[in-house]
Amino acid sequence: MSSYKPTYQGTVTKYVFVESPYTTPDDLASLAYEISDQAMIKETCFGLQVTGKEEDVEKIIHQLRTRDPAHIFVKDRGFPPGDPRRCRANLGGARPGYYGHEFEMGIIKKISKGIINFTSRDPGKKANPPVPQSDARLDATTLTKMMEAEVP
Amino acid sequence: MVARFGHTPIGSARAIRERIQTAGFDSPPLQMTPEDAKKGLRWAAVEVPSGVRGRMSLYGPQIEESEAAIIINDADLAFGCMGCARTNELLVYLIRKKGIPVLELRYPADEEEGTEFVAAIHDFLRDLGEKNE
Repeated sequence: MSSYKPTYQGTVTKYVFVESPYTTPDDLASLAYEISDQAMIKETCFGLQVTGKEEDVEKIIHQLRTRDPAHIFVKDRGFPPGDPRRCRANLGGARPGYYGHEFEMGIIKKISKGIINFTSRDPGKKANPPVPQSDARLDATTLTKMMEAEVP
Repeated sequence: MVARFGHTPIGSARAIRERIQTAGFDSPPLQMTPEDAKKGLRWAAVEVPSGVRGRMSLYGPQIEESEAAIIINDADLAFGCMGCARTNELLVYLIRKKGIPVLELRYPADEEEGTEFVAAIHDFLRDLGEKNE
């Protein structure tokens, strides 16, 4: 059994997603490179990946957000970019997790609109969010009654 | 959204990062070690499949750390294999059992629902902040 030597120890990686009519991943990448200092920036089709010390990454993301606050979304990533266990260069096909991002990219348009509209919303108005639809399931008591009522 | 409104989100990526940045004998997290299934016993019974217990070794400490939760139901996005789906059910159960403030939503279907979705999360987090003060 070989010992495991982790890379990029002490760093954090964050995804920066952008789905905007005003900003492209390329715009964000240019801005991120300008302010990156020692952090690693990787441009992707959906935005960026920023890897570095936590405080550096937070600083970069804070500045990136100001560019287009309603259309930029950030999420943590466990693996650093290019990790052979996740990178599609080593695996072939889309990276595991990419389909999740694809799904989320379809939703964030609605959330972006929500963030824009939210500022002009009456602050005293109670929120009426979409709630999960409860599907009527067979409860155990009814099931027991049905079983007992069964005629051979 | 949680970070946007001034709180700290706890996500699985943080647990994975912690794990892959720790030196050891196995190559995590593609390999679950026997140790993980044992750690998971704190949150799941011994007859629960080891896949669920292994996942709980990542999520369990995060539930203990959490002070509030936002559960988004009815995801079109599938929860992968049965191990992931059952772990998700167990997580929701443990969160409810913990008695922390919980906001239950589903993904917005249109822009109007998007606004209410954002407003609900904002109000929930604002109220949490007020309670903590």
